[in-house]
Amino acid sequence: MLISQIGNYSLILGLILSIYLIIYLFLGIYGFTKNNLNNIYSILFLQLFSVLISFFSLIYSFVVSDFTNETVYNNSHTTKPLFYKISGTWGNHEGSLLLWLLVLTLFIFLFLIYSKKQPKNYRLNTIVFQQIIISGFFLFVLFTSNPFNYLFPKPTEGLGLNPILQDPALAIHPPILYLGYVGSSIIFSASLSALVSKNINSSWAHHIKKWVLLSWIFLTFGIMLGSIWAYYELGWGGFWFWDPVENVSLMPWFCLTALLHSISVLEKRLILKSWTLILSIATFSLSMSGTFLVRSGILNSVHTFANDPERGVFILIFLFILILISILIFFFFETDEKILENKIYWLSKETFILINNWFMVFFLSVVLIGTTYPIFLEVLTSDKISVGPPFYQKLLIPFLIPFLFFMAVGPNLKWIKNDFKKINIKKFFLLIFICFIASLFTEKLNINNLFIIILIFSSFYLFVSSLSDLIYKKKNFSQNISHFAFSILILSIIFNGILSKEFSGNMRVGDEIDFNSNIIEFQKIETFDKENYKSIIGTFKIEDRKKKIILLKPEIRVYNQPNILTSEADIKTSFYEDKFLVFSILNQDNIFNVRYQVKPFMIWIWISTFLLIFGGLIRFTKIK
Amino acid sequence: MKKKIYYFVLLLITVFVFLLLYKAIFQNNSYVPSSKINKKINEFSARSLFLDNEINIKDLISQKKITIINIWASWCAPCRNEHEYLMKLKEHPNIILIGLNYKDKPSKAKLFVKDFGNPFSTILKDPKGIISIDIGAYGVPETYILDNDLNLKKKFIGELTFKNFEEIIEIANR
Repeated sequence: MLISQIGNYSLILGLILSIYLIIYLFLGIYGFTKNNLNNIYSILFLQLFSVLISFFSLIYSFVVSDFTNETVYNNSHTTKPLFYKISGTWGNHEGSLLLWLLVLTLFIFLFLIYSKKQPKNYRLNTIVFQQIIISGFFLFVLFTSNPFNYLFPKPTEGLGLNPILQDPALAIHPPILYLGYVGSSIIFSASLSALVSKNINSSWAHHIKKWVLLSWIFLTFGIMLGSIWAYYELGWGGFWFWDPVENVSLMPWFCLTALLHSISVLEKRLILKSWTLILSIATFSLSMSGTFLVRSGILNSVHTFANDPERGVFILIFLFILILISILIFFFFETDEKILENKIYWLSKETFILINNWFMVFFLSVVLIGTTYPIFLEVLTSDKISVGPPFYQKLLIPFLIPFLFFMAVGPNLKWIKNDFKKINIKKFFLLIFICFIASLFTEKLNINNLFIIILIFSSFYLFVSSLSDLIYKKKNFSQNISHFAFSILILSIIFNGILSKEFSGNMRVGDEIDFNSNIIEFQKIETFDKENYKSIIGTFKIEDRKKKIILLKPEIRVYNQPNILTSEADIKTSFYEDKFLVFSILNQDNIFNVRYQVKPFMIWIWISTFLLIFGGLIRFTKIK
Repeated sequence: MKKKIYYFVLLLITVFVFLLLYKAIFQNNSYVPSSKINKKINEFSARSLFLDNEINIKDLISQKKITIINIWASWCAPCRNEHEYLMKLKEHPNIILIGLNYKDKPSKAKLFVKDFGNPFSTILKDPKGIISIDIGAYGVPETYILDNDLNLKKKFIGELTFKNFEEIIEIANR
């Protein structure tokens, strides 16, 4: 109880420091007082420290199950394992916002340390913008979602014992994603500040690139963890469902990926200034809208937290204040870019990066429309529609084809040069050769859809060309490895999509079914009594064409309190394919619904995403 | 001049999106999976708060009225806020209001109804919270509207609002 009080008051201290800092810096920037950098260091550190205390006191309350704290009462239970008590700290709405605050204050402190080469005015302005965001979050936490609300009389037991949420991937998925989101807030503040203090130059681009990369790495990793969770734990038999909450994490990713490329153009050529700034602002705004959509309860989804209009209104107003501030700053400080004296080189690296950006913006718009259109439609006409995977697939796949071609060609071009030589005869023959290989491939797999054939063809092309870059070129190792990883990712997604096979039907114990020349035999079921659930384990024998036998043992768990049924899939992974089996109880006795899936190249989706992130990491360590 | 127009259009779009989203927040979508609506809740029996005798939920249901089960506790703050609506619902001739007292001490529960008034025709005790979870509750307070065959007609999660109250009256008047 006392600990919760300490946590609460240190949050208030953090808010006061934030407001003080904004006023102090503002007066300093306009010359009323003199800003002393050492003071600012210590205030920022004190703020970080106070949020840290708050955060640890919440963790402590969770560990000792202090049910006088409302957050602990709602989300914890004395019988929870210690690991999930701790991860429960940020697994709920209040605690996760505290984590946001912690990362926000940590990042601005790190920013101040690692921006010593930049002009003082620019650094101070960045702190002002970042503190505006931070104070907004402080107010939000204190007034609408205080994690330290007091309950009296003290309840004897907590309410939070949902077994689905007890999963290691889920414990680290949100914090990693937040690191990405919050990193984008630094980019946002730094961009506005660079605009105000007229500091947009190549040295700035070089310095902010580090933050762009950092957020990109965390965001990519966070999205991947979420996808892994959905595949292994939810047992839906897929890795991406175009669920609105998944989409809102994907939108800033498109933006950030575009930014990652355009910032290099700014660094090397000093063009695309406004465009880069717009991307920076959009990235953070999209991250915030994501938070808004998830937290306000507008979306109905597995992930949505409790509905609370008050919270939604707060984030919405805050988000729009930030957007209005950025529009105003753009209006007053944007300078027209000098029209370049030299002509535009159509076959240069910068043109291709711009093409990459257009595609990213297109992908982003598709996802944005698919996610928000149902909301807008419901408000305007009160029709309820839902946008599913076919929408995204139909709109994205055709545009993926040219995108992959450009991606294969782009990295080999030079800056500020028309480089015809690079696109030479050799490449042309390679193209025809790959065309030939790909057509043999599609012939063998019996694929008739023209789009898919061209898509396979173009991703093969990217695969071969990025592989040759990776082997023969010493320069840009990180970029080559990421592009190579991306080609594997696309290839495995395509093959996973078109070659997956599924059997779904009802079976009794002892039944045998022939599925694509594989024999599935339902051998037996066994029942075990576990601590707080009853476990039903089925044994299925699968014999393939070559008489190779594997056993799959999916499980159904019947929890008694609360009364929940969960199905745990059994997955056998190999480099070539995943075999996935899940079963569930039907109302009739002894009949089970069985779903068996063969999913090719599943593991490669995770491996290639890891490689993609690895490329980003290498680049990050190389920036001085 | 051209630049100004761009900004003006941008501003207009921003405001428009803001208003749409603002309205979306207040649209009622606290929804219960439709698979649970019109399904029977599990029959249960429990001890009553005042007389401590075992009562089966079936015995409390009357043919011509709708039954409302309200899950509450003396330590639950939102329960106090919705209490005034429950007191008004008690007056309605077509409603049987049953309280399910969730994880509470009988002495505190009795004190609560003494202080604030008792809206319930019967209060059943659920000291371990098993019954509440069994009929599908996530927390307190929750309010269930049942027909005379124990089919769930409507479910309100969390504190009842004035809008919910009006909705209940409308169902009862049918």
